[in-house]
Amino acid sequence: MFDLLGTTLPSRLLLGTAQYPSPAILADAVKASGTSVVTVSLRREMAGGRAGEQFWSLIRSLGVRILPNTAGCHSVKEAVMTAKMAREVFGTNWIKLEVIGNHDTLQPDVFGLVEAAHVLCEDGFAVFPYTTDDLVVAERLLAAGCKVLMPWCAPIGSALGPINIMALRSMRGHFPEVPLIVDAGLGRPSHAATVMELGFDAVLLNTAVAKAADPVGMARAFGKAVEAGREAFISGILEPRDAAVPSTPTIGRAVFS
Amino acid sequence: MRVLVQGAGIAGLTAAFEFAIRGAAVTVAETRHALGGNASWFAGGMLAPWCERESAEQPVLDLGRDAADWWDTATPGQVTRAGTLVVAAPRDAGELDRFASRTSGHRRVDEDEITLLEPDLAGRFRRGLLFPGEAHLDPRQAMAALHDKLAAMGVEFRFGTDARHLSGFDRRIDCTGMAAEDDGLRGVRGEMLILRTLDISLSRPVRLLHPRFPLYVVPRADHRFMIGATMIESQSAGPVTARSMMELLGTAYALHPAFGEAEIAETGVGVRPAFPDNLPRVEASGDTVSINGLYRHGFLLAPAMARQAADLVFSQDRTREVAHETDRQRRSA
Repeated sequence: MFDLLGTTLPSRLLLGTAQYPSPAILADAVKASGTSVVTVSLRREMAGGRAGEQFWSLIRSLGVRILPNTAGCHSVKEAVMTAKMAREVFGTNWIKLEVIGNHDTLQPDVFGLVEAAHVLCEDGFAVFPYTTDDLVVAERLLAAGCKVLMPWCAPIGSALGPINIMALRSMRGHFPEVPLIVDAGLGRPSHAATVMELGFDAVLLNTAVAKAADPVGMARAFGKAVEAGREAFISGILEPRDAAVPSTPTIGRAVFS
Repeated sequence: MRVLVQGAGIAGLTAAFEFAIRGAAVTVAETRHALGGNASWFAGGMLAPWCERESAEQPVLDLGRDAADWWDTATPGQVTRAGTLVVAAPRDAGELDRFASRTSGHRRVDEDEITLLEPDLAGRFRRGLLFPGEAHLDPRQAMAALHDKLAAMGVEFRFGTDARHLSGFDRRIDCTGMAAEDDGLRGVRGEMLILRTLDISLSRPVRLLHPRFPLYVVPRADHRFMIGATMIESQSAGPVTARSMMELLGTAYALHPAFGEAEIAETGVGVRPAFPDNLPRVEASGDTVSINGLYRHGFLLAPAMARQAADLVFSQDRTREVAHETDRQRRSA
């Protein structure tokens, strides 16, 4: 069980809802993964008012908690407006805040992110900021009122996995009490297991599942990997050693050489 | 049998053909005043079931593999069988491998062969995939040709007519797409452009793979190129957005810089009707049979759906006759 801002969730995997072959496959993937939170974007779908309503109602019918996002927003104003629209459409104050700073890498604009987080926290939102692994930015986001952080481990959709383990470790070490969710850049289940073994509280992913040959099978695989990584972290992982250590004691054997 | 087809989009026209060749007296009613304006009007017209299999499920390939033959028979001269060329920029070479692993019916082509196939793309792409079994057509010409053929076969067209006001038919075939009242149906917005340039010519549809902005270019007559298409979970049919236009133009420019100097001849938006599994359905209810949910595969799947609808109606009719016959025999016994 995972306590996230006072809500108890059965799974530590959060799943995005974009790019699936069909809404039916998305629904099966959500079930197979065991996820209890899905993210959904609004920016492009809300052109023409509530024209995305048919898709949004499919998302609501999945029966899991919804974390709307501001994907595709490049300015504070755009992100704040999208967050307010999301609150109205989905009836939740949760918002995954994205303010994109670089069109090519989809790197967050951390300055705009802090500013937008401040505005939205003041307005009563529970802000889940999509950020980098920078500790100073993380502190600013917490100061702005965020109660949870979502660092990337690689650029969105890159499938590179954790490319800077040192930075992730250091983030976990600096913010032991803050829920940390690795968001973006995961490519395969072992990547998810790796960051969970580092002690991260949860992971959020989309492309790695949606663009797999069999999204439902891949969703199930990620669900297992997240569980495995978490259980490994709690169980205390053996640190690497230089010397070989036999698992069967040699004392008592007939010949001790 | 008197059949009323409701809607003169791609589903309606193909259904009218399948019922007419089986001997039904067919009337097509369309609320618009002429052909066009529906989702099929803005389609790419690719008959590319092997490429579509990259993101679509197996039925799309099974139902679509005979589409080119169907169109060739129904509208001779409309289909171009030149295959599909799939390319990716060198930095997105991984996308080509991904596409190849998800599809069949293709072979790898190198820079030399790409040059032979499409001389204007010489030196721009090092690797590609050729799907030799695929074909394409111009949707507007094909719809006009099918309309004329149907008229010649004796099918009556009633444009500017609400089918609900017509009566005296044995069967109604509902092909009204997004206008049908079906809770399971949703709209998926697609935006497209038509560019015109004399600086480049292509012989077949070309798909440019990109992790974020995949795009296809379908060559048409008169130096026109259809550039498409976005996929947005929205039922809005409002004008193309600036961002979508930038993405489409940017990717077209990446395929060939000559598109940068092209005229924008047209922009268009269609809303594709889709069920949650993105697969089409033929459903019967009383005397009405509906064909819907063709999604982004109108020209590819409409022929198979029209056949299914006609099979359904004619086999039901036989069952009814048999039942009637048995009933009569029982009474006379």
